[in-house]
Amino acid sequence: MSKKSYIQAITEALDIMLQEDPKTLIFGEDVGKNGGVFRTTQGLQEKYGADRVFDTPLAESGILGLAIGLGLTGWRPIPEIQFSGFTLEAVDSIVGQMSRMRFRFNGKKNSPITVRSPYGGGTHTAEMHSDNLENIFTGVPGLRVVMPSNPYDAKGLLISSIENNDPVLYLENLKLYRSMKDDIPDEKYTVPLDQANIVQEGNDITIVAYGAQVQEAQKAAEELAKSNISCEVIDLRTVSPIDTATIFKSIAKTHKVVIVQEAQKMAGVGAQVASAISEEAILSLDAPIGRVAAPNSVYPFALAEEVWIPRKDEIVAKVNEIINY
Amino acid sequence: MVIMSKNSIVDFSKIKDELADLAKPIQVLDQNAKVVNQAVFDSFSDDQLVEFMKKMVWERALHEQTMNFSRQGRMGFYAPTAGEEASEMGTVMAMQKQDYLVPAYRDIPQLIQHGATVTEAFLWSRGHVKGNEFEARALMPQIIIGAAYVETAGVALGLKKNGEDAIAFSYTGDGGTSQGDSYEGMNFAGAYKVPALFIVQNNGYAISVPRESQTAAPALTQKAIAAGIPSVQVDGMDILACYSVAKAARDYMLAGNGPVMIETLTNRYGAHSSAGDDPKRYRTDEQQKPWLEKDPLIRLRKVLTDKKLWTEEQEEALIKEYKDSFKDALKQADAVEPEKVSDMLKRTFEVPTPELQAQIAKFEEKESN
Repeated sequence: MSKKSYIQAITEALDIMLQEDPKTLIFGEDVGKNGGVFRTTQGLQEKYGADRVFDTPLAESGILGLAIGLGLTGWRPIPEIQFSGFTLEAVDSIVGQMSRMRFRFNGKKNSPITVRSPYGGGTHTAEMHSDNLENIFTGVPGLRVVMPSNPYDAKGLLISSIENNDPVLYLENLKLYRSMKDDIPDEKYTVPLDQANIVQEGNDITIVAYGAQVQEAQKAAEELAKSNISCEVIDLRTVSPIDTATIFKSIAKTHKVVIVQEAQKMAGVGAQVASAISEEAILSLDAPIGRVAAPNSVYPFALAEEVWIPRKDEIVAKVNEIINY
Repeated sequence: MVIMSKNSIVDFSKIKDELADLAKPIQVLDQNAKVVNQAVFDSFSDDQLVEFMKKMVWERALHEQTMNFSRQGRMGFYAPTAGEEASEMGTVMAMQKQDYLVPAYRDIPQLIQHGATVTEAFLWSRGHVKGNEFEARALMPQIIIGAAYVETAGVALGLKKNGEDAIAFSYTGDGGTSQGDSYEGMNFAGAYKVPALFIVQNNGYAISVPRESQTAAPALTQKAIAAGIPSVQVDGMDILACYSVAKAARDYMLAGNGPVMIETLTNRYGAHSSAGDDPKRYRTDEQQKPWLEKDPLIRLRKVLTDKKLWTEEQEEALIKEYKDSFKDALKQADAVEPEKVSDMLKRTFEVPTPELQAQIAKFEEKESN
């Protein structure tokens, strides 16, 4: 047990899986000698050799095509797309190919692939580096989308993702990479996929969040507690498929819900959660479903991030609105 | 390469002229079935020559029978292959069972030759998952043009890492060489020096768009040069040339030399696909005539007839035998149970998620009624 950043948690998970399973392979742009542009693969090539951890030419579709082919020949690929904005170059590989492998071959072939890619705002990146593109991938049958919100989950969910025999898009939050440290075990452990986590219990309202917004929701809950509003904060962890059972159970107790996401409001995870509640648990509620999300514009230029990304204050305001409905 | 000229620091015209030299197809038999490469021709036994002929007759019969089935509404999506027998059978017959085939949608004959059953191929055409459960070391026919090439690079890297005595081989058409994935696939294979054979079947058209409209490149082999991998143009109506070049490529790759690209110059006699394409809209009978004269079956048939290894009666008997076998295969396809939605849901993930489980239960109840 020691204090580790989100990045260190990821590196540790990769290290453990390279050690444990000789079929695991890490590859992508600058992941080898350079250790990744964020140092998430730091030291791994040195430790496991260039046969296991290697650089690729600069072509995202090629990288994921490589992953698919390696997956078909007995390997367990963990490719990296340097920034999630660049996953768009490889949408066919993800949506059109690896996610369908098991379906196409009636289980006789599969894609045991974990695609790692950083995303998320608040670090003033250049264009197409911080976009929250999970909305594009959450509607894809056969694909899991995992978005950890803290170092403990980052490690445990990454190990689970790699061990899983179906493709996982594992999105790493840029803002969280170095902004927090948690005490986490040094040894191998897993956090289950497809399961949300109640990060804070409460009775008055449920806040559903994921990624960097979980921290914002927790900060909001802390502030709301001062006004005697008790928030139950749920971290989705896996945003496709969504663990609706945990949400339904929570709102059966609180009767109110606010859904928080950093991505633009249209379509996507928040809309999916809201529609699931509307279809199956609407009678649990005694107020409308509240939503906090980014405006429906293109992801902002760096200097405008602070006015665009939803933060604690917006969550506090929305909770008050729903509570006082 | 001459770079300097009198009036300019660089002579671009000269550079462009040099590119044109790439368009020189390899032949063993010329259009009149005359042997133009005696040494290669002599390397084939009479039995081998007959086997090549049989395979082409088989592919032509498959094409004709499938077209019939298609007209009767007993077939689904089908991309005609007549005219491409030398290119398809020649290249695939140079491969071994352990090699990994990554086919495109027109490559059904190769998939069958590589180990899928005709029934499975028919089920694929109709759109049934059982069509993809073949034992052959292969992917299903790839519909997304170019995707097969990036995947082939990955398969080849996997085979190399496994230390297998096997290569990956894949097909695309002339239009497919314009895709980004085609370049990426060849470039990755080159960078990793893996045994990946990229076969471009250049039949002159991508649906209605002529090959000249795809690129200014005088030969599609030039696309591989951009990836630093050797490429060669072959007479795609000459099965002896197609086989020999593919076999040489395989041997070269298994010696650890990295990938190869082969462009076969061929022609499709039929429409682009069974889905309503009418080639009369974009190409004329005059354009087609020389290609019909180049028919790969005519060419080898002449050689075999001259050698007294082949008769018309023999061919007719074979065609009947093949067509009967295709009819049997279709009957077997007819007997396959329709798919169930619950099964589709079950095979989405290894372990169905709670949401899928709920949907499975719902559909199983419906299906049991």
